[in-house]
Amino acid sequence: MTKNASSRTLGALAVVAVFFLVLPLLSVVIRVPWGEFWSTLTSSAVRQSLLISLQTSLMAAVLAAILGIPLSWWLARTSSRLARMIRTVCIAPMVLPPVVAGIALLAAFGRRGVVGEQMYNWWGISLPFTKTAVVLAQVFVAMPFLILAVEAAFRQVNEGLEDAARTMGATPIRIFFSVVVPSVRPALLAGLVLAWARSFGEFGASITFAGSFPGRTQTLPMSVYEIATYDYRQALVVSVFMMFISVGVLAVMRDRWATGATR
Amino acid sequence: MTLAVSGEIGKGTYSLSVDFSVVPGEVVGVVGRNGAGKTTLIETIAGIIPMVSGSISLNKLGWDDASHKQWVSPEERRCAVVFQDLRLFPHMSVLQNVMFGLRAHGVAKSDATRVSIEKLHLVGAEHLAARKASVLSGGEAQRVALARAIATRPAVLLLDEPFSAIDAESKEPLRAVLDGVLSTYSGITLLVTHDLKDVESLASRSIQLGL
Repeated sequence: MTKNASSRTLGALAVVAVFFLVLPLLSVVIRVPWGEFWSTLTSSAVRQSLLISLQTSLMAAVLAAILGIPLSWWLARTSSRLARMIRTVCIAPMVLPPVVAGIALLAAFGRRGVVGEQMYNWWGISLPFTKTAVVLAQVFVAMPFLILAVEAAFRQVNEGLEDAARTMGATPIRIFFSVVVPSVRPALLAGLVLAWARSFGEFGASITFAGSFPGRTQTLPMSVYEIATYDYRQALVVSVFMMFISVGVLAVMRDRWATGATR
Repeated sequence: MTLAVSGEIGKGTYSLSVDFSVVPGEVVGVVGRNGAGKTTLIETIAGIIPMVSGSISLNKLGWDDASHKQWVSPEERRCAVVFQDLRLFPHMSVLQNVMFGLRAHGVAKSDATRVSIEKLHLVGAEHLAARKASVLSGGEAQRVALARAIATRPAVLLLDEPFSAIDAESKEPLRAVLDGVLSTYSGITLLVTHDLKDVESLASRSIQLGL
């Protein structure tokens, strides 16, 4: 093949790729019954699941940060084989099929789970099919995104600044919160937004571990899935709404990444 | 009160022996060519890197004693450093940088602010207080780093090439600033430099590293 022909082939494949990625999204926008947009979004079923989605995904993002930031810090500052192994295990949920994640959570925290059985026998606590279970499932799948974003940033932190802070009498905790965390703020925000977006869109793990009970555990993605079985047009409306949110997340992220890079 | 340093300092595979003591009010120049271990000496005294052997003590208080496994952490040594690369906190304002050590030592915010403004005034950088540290010029940053170092009234002041970030013309005024600061400072000062003129104008004696 001549050079020209091969670059034309590559170009054509690239066009197919763009087309393939954009067409479905565009089709949703084309097919949405815009006249029913507002009434669908404000219908009680959608409102209810949207509220649950917002509640659980925000809690999940915060929890993922509280747990994930210290872990990222430790991973960034440790180069032992153990740390490498722990990193691999901790980011595994990213590539795990979500349903498997849900089954795994049931195996751990289910009523007959490794930990869940004791929790139920001793304290009468049963996690599955509760709102807490939705949050846990979201944290499980979303935390790796936060860890990856934040750990990379922690590695870039100038250790000289930490040394300087120590000579000024600052304790490690003070240094962490007043020197280290501010220097990774763009990455931290990016990690939070990613974790939130992943939590907001979570479906497989939460439906397996928490079920899809309207008003209790049914999140917006579960709701779309259910609505699609009887009213495809309404499902389109909710889908386009979620697409807008995703686009918003991307816009925010691009901004963060850009400012992060120029700093 | 005497700072006594005796033994071997080093980093990685190289080490060198040092043996000197300094008393308060003294400004001792530390001279030596590039790579002679001047910065290593500063970082060892500050507690950032441990001694290879021997000991560092301030008065009778052992900061570092390799043979007795004694080591006082940097935050507990009353030792301030103006690093060669300054290491101002880029996300903080000038004032916040100077206040940092005071706040870490538990000084109330209002007092810390007042002291910091005083120190900035002393180095002629009061007008920069609200400026973000990351936008300062070399000379400005150097002044702020000096103000930050003396803010906590350290027992030992370590200056690592305090004129490295500035051009030749700005050097004289800054040397006068440093001279003024050191004349009001009653602690122990080590001034690392490769410029003998700095030693002549600021130090009372000098130590040659890595002969």
